[in-house]
Amino acid sequence: MAIAIALILLLAGSILFHFLSPWQLTPLASNWGSIDDTIGITFWVTGFVFVAVNVFMAWAIVRYRWRADRRAEYEPENKKLEWWLIGVTTVGIAALLAPGLFVWASYVTVPDDAHEVEVVGQQWHWGFRFPGEDGSFGRVDTRLVTGDNPFGMDASDPAGHDDVLVHGSRVRLPVDRPVKALLRSRDVLHNFQVAQFRAKMDLVPGQLSYLWVTPTRTGEFEILCAELCGIGHFAMRGMVEVVEPEVFEQWLAAQPTYASELARAAPDAAAGKALYTPCAACHGAEGQGNVQMNAPRLAGQDAWYLIRQLEYFKAGARGAHPDDTHGQQMRAFAGMLADRAAMADLAAYVETFPEPPPVISIDGNPQRGARVWRNCGACHGSEGQGLQATQAPRLAGQDDWYLERQLENFRRGIRGRHPGDAYGWQMAEMAKLLRDDDATRDLIAHINTLALAAAPAPADPTALARRTD
Amino acid sequence: MAHSIYDAVSTAPPAEGPEMELPPHAHSFIGKYVFCQDAKVIAIQYAITATAIGLVALALSIVMRLQLGFPDSFSLIDPSNYLQAVSMHGMIMVVYLLTALFLGGFGNYLIPLMVGARDMVFPWLNMMSFWIYLLAVLVLVASFFAPGGPTGGGWTLYPPQVVSPGTPGVGGGIILMLVSLGLFIIGFTMGGLNYVVTVLQARTRGMTLMRMPLTVWGIFMATVLALLAFPALFVAALMMLLDHTIGTSFFLPSMLNLGEQSEHSGGSPLLFQHLFWFFGHPEVYIVALPAFGIVSDLIATHARRNIFGYRMMVWAIIAIGALSFVVWAHHMYVSGMNPYFGFLFATTTLIIAVPTAIKVYNWVLTLWRGNIRLTVPMLFAIGFIFTFVNGGLTGLFLGNVTVDVPLSDTYFVVAHFHMVMAVAPIMVIFGAIYHWYPKITGRMFNETAGKIHFWMTFLGTYAIYYPMHYIGFEGVPRRYYAYGETAFISDSVQTLNAFITIAAIVVAVTQILFIFNLVWSWLYGDEADPNPWKATTLEWQTPHNPPQHGNFGPELPVVYRWPYDYSVPGAKDDFIPQNVPPEQVEMLPGYAPAAKS
Amino acid sequence: MTITLAFLALLMAAFAGWLVRQSVGVQPWIADSQTAALPPQQVSLTASPVGLAVFLAVVTSVFGLTISAYVMRMAAAPEWDFLPQPPLLWINGALLVLASLALQTAWSAARQANAQRFAQSLGFGAACTVAFIAGQVLLWRELSGAGYSMARYVGSAFFVLMGALHALHMLGGLYALLRVVLRLQRGVALPQVREAVGLCAIYWHYLLLVWAVLFTVLFVGAEPLYAWCRS
Repeated sequence: MAIAIALILLLAGSILFHFLSPWQLTPLASNWGSIDDTIGITFWVTGFVFVAVNVFMAWAIVRYRWRADRRAEYEPENKKLEWWLIGVTTVGIAALLAPGLFVWASYVTVPDDAHEVEVVGQQWHWGFRFPGEDGSFGRVDTRLVTGDNPFGMDASDPAGHDDVLVHGSRVRLPVDRPVKALLRSRDVLHNFQVAQFRAKMDLVPGQLSYLWVTPTRTGEFEILCAELCGIGHFAMRGMVEVVEPEVFEQWLAAQPTYASELARAAPDAAAGKALYTPCAACHGAEGQGNVQMNAPRLAGQDAWYLIRQLEYFKAGARGAHPDDTHGQQMRAFAGMLADRAAMADLAAYVETFPEPPPVISIDGNPQRGARVWRNCGACHGSEGQGLQATQAPRLAGQDDWYLERQLENFRRGIRGRHPGDAYGWQMAEMAKLLRDDDATRDLIAHINTLALAAAPAPADPTALARRTD
Repeated sequence: MAHSIYDAVSTAPPAEGPEMELPPHAHSFIGKYVFCQDAKVIAIQYAITATAIGLVALALSIVMRLQLGFPDSFSLIDPSNYLQAVSMHGMIMVVYLLTALFLGGFGNYLIPLMVGARDMVFPWLNMMSFWIYLLAVLVLVASFFAPGGPTGGGWTLYPPQVVSPGTPGVGGGIILMLVSLGLFIIGFTMGGLNYVVTVLQARTRGMTLMRMPLTVWGIFMATVLALLAFPALFVAALMMLLDHTIGTSFFLPSMLNLGEQSEHSGGSPLLFQHLFWFFGHPEVYIVALPAFGIVSDLIATHARRNIFGYRMMVWAIIAIGALSFVVWAHHMYVSGMNPYFGFLFATTTLIIAVPTAIKVYNWVLTLWRGNIRLTVPMLFAIGFIFTFVNGGLTGLFLGNVTVDVPLSDTYFVVAHFHMVMAVAPIMVIFGAIYHWYPKITGRMFNETAGKIHFWMTFLGTYAIYYPMHYIGFEGVPRRYYAYGETAFISDSVQTLNAFITIAAIVVAVTQILFIFNLVWSWLYGDEADPNPWKATTLEWQTPHNPPQHGNFGPELPVVYRWPYDYSVPGAKDDFIPQNVPPEQVEMLPGYAPAAKS
Repeated sequence: MTITLAFLALLMAAFAGWLVRQSVGVQPWIADSQTAALPPQQVSLTASPVGLAVFLAVVTSVFGLTISAYVMRMAAAPEWDFLPQPPLLWINGALLVLASLALQTAWSAARQANAQRFAQSLGFGAACTVAFIAGQVLLWRELSGAGYSMARYVGSAFFVLMGALHALHMLGGLYALLRVVLRLQRGVALPQVREAVGLCAIYWHYLLLVWAVLFTVLFVGAEPLYAWCRS
């Protein structure tokens, strides 16, 4: 008896939950309302069957409950009833399937007037490419991918020279224009999911897949990776900004083409030396860093990272947060650099600095830190050497007081949450792994051991400065 | 009627020839309980091993739920070991617990007893099957202690990421995982040959195919599926092992490993997915079909009514089994395969819903006009129907290619497959354990504890998985360590996740009561009646309780009727065991004691 | 996958056909005494041949899926390097044919209780089988020596995968054969191992057939197969 009541209550509760639940499909922002309709149809049909079968069962449990003086009915089968049920079920199934197949036909058929964008997935961020003026993509090959050529562009294909390359995980799309997204991956499987668009598809290395969609309202929509792609899967985030067509055209025109990237002059370290003069006051003549001035070590850091951070400082993607006092200081200096070329020259000069031995000022439990480190090492390299592929800077050898401060900034959202910081969101989410200050210090203690292991053995071991301020 | 009798005769199984030779029964402890060739002992060995490793997987699920319910609270849970918990939980539950328990556990115990055989036909092979399974479990456990820990690539083991350096467990973890799977499959094949050949060859006199209990049908068909489907996983695991260790390019294209160019070239990641799901989808039915079979018998026995539409039930089992081989790519609608396959696989997938629906109808129609005893096994059977209907219907969302697109890779999928192939089969496993416990141990379990176990498990799991569908509707992706600041995921999802976590902990703790009940009752429970449920099938008619070596004493039973003679009009008792000849049925006054033919 | 599906479809059709014969018109709820009263039937098959048949179905599934994977991998590859066909390949094939013939002879010798011919042919068959396995290892070394390494050529990797699976099954057969010999040495009479030898012979024929198919798809028929896959 109790079970029959429980079944009825569960049914009623489920129905109530369905209608009262605040958790529903996210508001649609694309042409795929038809997908929502198929979900709706399926809901009504299956909901009816769910209620019907279980109400019947609950009734039968009550009606035919055990009585010692009664016998169950002996009826091996009832062909007529069984065939009726099969027939009705088949009709119901067909009613579900037909609209599904109908909508699927349009899902796989891209309209002729769709424009194209290529989405490139990589651990653990997105990149985008537009075909440029000639309307066709240039050849790409994963084997050609290097730090400076993350798309694997084939320079020998003239069709690729006008391709617009969007580095970083934000892309814009025009509203009300169908777009075909060509999907490829340069490492593992990923999946392009924008919940508001409904459409999704995997990115598979070694082949192209596609989906198409017509964004129907402007706004910012998050791209989530929906296919497990490793440790950073949950932090692989991008953003689609759907904008008015004219805004889109303007934005697209402002993006660098592959030709313009090819045409960049080689960085000039000599020119960088002149630009470095104002930096030396805080960061030291050889970029060795200065804790009193709150200026981190620059020597040993990779040029690509320095350039990006200078760009961020200049654009306000970093250092603009009111709580980031030292960052604000740095913004003023970054603003003195005229353009990317100047930053590249400067970074090239910094790369010429000799690497001083690591300076250790933070104590912690490196064993405990090592447990956390395996998550960090995926991006920053297992030895903390930094990986351009994952856009993660070198950590080993960096001043530990600086690492501590930056981790704190990431945890508190002072750094990394600015929309212009393409990879900061990821780090901000990752930094939440450090549940408290002790965890941070343990991790840094481990990074220090990596730095010591990598540092060239000093002639005099006591030369390793150890400061405890 | 003569015609049908003729058929029954001509298909009588050949087991009444020379009695099969049983290996001599050992008397030492080791021979009796360790290296034992008696299927009943092997069954218990399988069951205990599967339960033990299953508890590990249960603990892993709590690790996941703690992180999801209360993110940023547990410093020991990080993205790496979260993914490892996800992967190992899935793999253990699906392969090492459910498959092993249904086929190795229930299959071994019930097949010989239910078809009236002395034992499995190849007892030595059967024993080896268990020991290789145990070895596979140990290798699996060893992967937890490998450098870098077990694999964190998801239970689906998709390349390239499962063997790429950005995934935890690419050191020894994945290699041990693949080796363990290979061993499991070899071990299972040894057992599976036994189950199939025993059903085909060792049925007792009178036990025609159409007189087999549905339990045997379900386990038999599941074993056939497993024997044919596991090779796909075997081949895939072998190829992946070669890719990972020797550097072949079966599945791996030219790609980057965290910025480093790999040596591989031309491999196809989708090829793995095809092989995996060619195994993986039948695997769902490898778990479901035994559950279907067992629950049919539970319902018939405890509702005191013949199973409704037996022949249709048998054909539905066969149809589901056959169709399960042509639906695999519905796991791959958004995998980047040729999208036109979507039409084909959506159609086959929805067709499979028809025989499945028939089974549901027939269970419910068996209750209808029954005389229902709400025993603990019956409660679990009803719980199964409710859960299975729910999980089966959400399958219509995911099987229908268009509807699947927004829902795939979200919590809707997680909720669906847990309802349909985790909670529903587990309900049957619990029901079946309570049902056959008096037979296996000779003792009665504590009914109050059984009922508490049922209510907590049934309501608890529904509280976990029903709301979870709605998190999926909102588009929340699965296999995420944390959602971070995501605009479209509302804050209330966090509240719901916390609620689900609490429900999961309650359900997990309840299982301690279950295990305690089993152990305590085995030691101190009341002695059970040899046929406490008044069931008709042969295992309840053994001369000893629990059955001894050789199962049936000096004479094998002879079968005169199907296993569903409950509440036969005119008969004095409301059940007639399969081995009672028509002329010996005690009739009520006024009824002729004749055979119905 | 089509290949495996075709095999499974055949298997399922056979199974369903057999089942239909067993069940159509049967009304399972009818009890009767006649079935039980009948004298024990003539045993047409013992468990072992049925067990072998089921096992061969499993093995067919293994090789069928490997070939399916091979074909799908071919279909995914814009270019393919075909393996050469050194003389050793043909010698190995001949050895396996001889082994199969020898076991067939041993089987009939066992039926005729001709102990001498039985011992000779069994010994010859086993020797040919061992030589075949050794030849396969040599063939692999020859291919990789000629630059067809597994890591670089997926065709070569498939050869090793399939060849190793096949050789392992041959080793399993040799183990079964060894058990027959041990039983004979324990004093079991020749006619009593008749069934076991027969099953070994069938197993050998089956593995010969498997190798013939593998030989075709990997070597002689690879080019047309590739052309068909890519079309």
